[in-house]
Amino acid sequence: MLTYIIRRLLQGVVVLLAVSLICFVIFRYMGDPVLTLAGRYATQEQIQEVRKSLGLDQPTYVQYVKFLWNAAHGNFGKSYVSRVPALGLILERFPATFELATCAILISLVFGVGFGVLVALRPYAWHSRAIMAGSLGGISMPTFLTGILLIMIFAVYVGILPPFGRGKTVEVGFWRTGLLTVDGIRHLILPAITLSTYQLAVLLRLTRAGMREVMAEEYIKTAWAKGLSPMTVIVKHALRNVLIPVVTMAGLQFGELIAFAIVTETIFQWPGMGNLLLTSIYETDQPVIVTYIMMAAVIIISINILVDIFYAVLNPKIRYD
Amino acid sequence: MTRKRKRSKMLHSFLHDPPAMAGSLIIVVFLTAAVLAPWITPQDPYDLETLTFDNFLTPPIWKDGGQMPYLLGTDDQGRGILSTIIYGCRTSLIVGFSVVMIAGTVGVLIGLLAGYYGRWLDAVTMRIADTMFSFSTTLLAILLLGVFKKTGIGTVIAAICIADWVRYARTMRGSVLEVKQEAYVLASRATGARDMRILFRHILPNAMPPVMVVVAVDLAVVIMLEATLSFLGVGVPITEPSLGMMIAIGKDYIYAGMWWMVVFPGAALVVLVVGINLFADWLREEFNPKIERTG
Repeated sequence: MLTYIIRRLLQGVVVLLAVSLICFVIFRYMGDPVLTLAGRYATQEQIQEVRKSLGLDQPTYVQYVKFLWNAAHGNFGKSYVSRVPALGLILERFPATFELATCAILISLVFGVGFGVLVALRPYAWHSRAIMAGSLGGISMPTFLTGILLIMIFAVYVGILPPFGRGKTVEVGFWRTGLLTVDGIRHLILPAITLSTYQLAVLLRLTRAGMREVMAEEYIKTAWAKGLSPMTVIVKHALRNVLIPVVTMAGLQFGELIAFAIVTETIFQWPGMGNLLLTSIYETDQPVIVTYIMMAAVIIISINILVDIFYAVLNPKIRYD
Repeated sequence: MTRKRKRSKMLHSFLHDPPAMAGSLIIVVFLTAAVLAPWITPQDPYDLETLTFDNFLTPPIWKDGGQMPYLLGTDDQGRGILSTIIYGCRTSLIVGFSVVMIAGTVGVLIGLLAGYYGRWLDAVTMRIADTMFSFSTTLLAILLLGVFKKTGIGTVIAAICIADWVRYARTMRGSVLEVKQEAYVLASRATGARDMRILFRHILPNAMPPVMVVVAVDLAVVIMLEATLSFLGVGVPITEPSLGMMIAIGKDYIYAGMWWMVVFPGAALVVLVVGINLFADWLREEFNPKIERTG
């Protein structure tokens, strides 16, 4: 088991190195940082000076090693636009994205699994048909459209929830949270629902399919025959086995969640990392883009490793070699 | 079962599945409209000469102030919503089918080779594929387009293809691993058939069914992705029609109660994607013997 974990960690490091190489290429060859920093009307001497100060006069591999060294120390350079360290800019916005994403995951897990079980148990009941129709809508409706429609209904026509922003926040240490104020939670509701819908529909369909297969198994029939209560049969015997792939899927979809967070944050002007990324893309602010990519890579790879370990612990059939 | 009987059985199940038929009907209607766009639209919304600024922000025809020929109203530039939707669907379908064909072919070939030859080829390609898959197609496409300097439908197609081939490669590889154990493959190898013949005559056709389901699901995913990218402003340029772009423009007007710029293109997008998903659901159940066809 320990060898397995170490192997997985090493693989993660290799992947991160690959991502850093790609980032380095982007940084170095896409758009000219010298021109951006020195300005269009710089003289030849000024350009040379900026080139030297950035270390761009050195051979490529030296530059890459330097880039790695700096990245390992959390130094990704300064934003071209706001002239402050890029990592600081992103970390400052991390709590907003984290709170949004966590709430969305919780919503999609609870309702996705709940509805999935409900539908699998009575596939022909009217409520099951309604839920399935809804889930078809869920996987067929792009996140941005869900968000705009929710704004139209709840913010413009009914007018009970705020259409954008994060509301009042309080600082707990370095963490700026919106979860401790009523205003903050009111602002969180629409974006969290928006971000959760697609994943909710996917998890619902997965739970339903898994439950349908498991409920037909012999050991479930045995459990019924023993006269166990429906609750025990459904939750303890069936759902437990279905949950493994469902939770794995939720973990593996984390990249998707981050992507849809970009969309959600744009619609609701949520002050998170995704919103910052898009602004930086419009302004060709490479240091911020590169930092974002590295951050996203670290988060996604860590979650994947955790999911793999979790899976290996739960399922003894997996070989650790 | 012979291939012919199998086919007629599929046709039979298709004709007894109203949702699948509804889905294909939707696809056919959208395809026809997209192909015939220049002849059936009341106005070419991207021909600057037909745009007049006195007609901007008109509501749909059944509301006060609605005027012909703008059945569903106009946007802030005086483009007819209905015409723009039809042209936008054209972009959606062009991007969707191009990606499915290009990424599908590349992915299937890579998956075929990785699954058949195994060893380091399999290890390397699948590690790359797993990593890209965990980043998700959407995130990769956004990042690629953020880094690319050129814009245009071609760039969007290229970015989505680079991000999307892994879906096919992974499915194909899994399917090949199963098929390659079959008796007819072993028999063929025993008779001394060359790799190429085994790969393309025996394994490829028999490993395709799961990939066909991915094709259908992916078409829906790619169409939503193009709309999302264009909505975010990293997709097709403003000079090209796109449903996502229309919704991005309309978004600023919902506070003024001008809902038609968001609701109609949104509805068109959802109906198209639901149609494709209904068809995909039928394909999935048809190719998956594990689940009995009930409810």
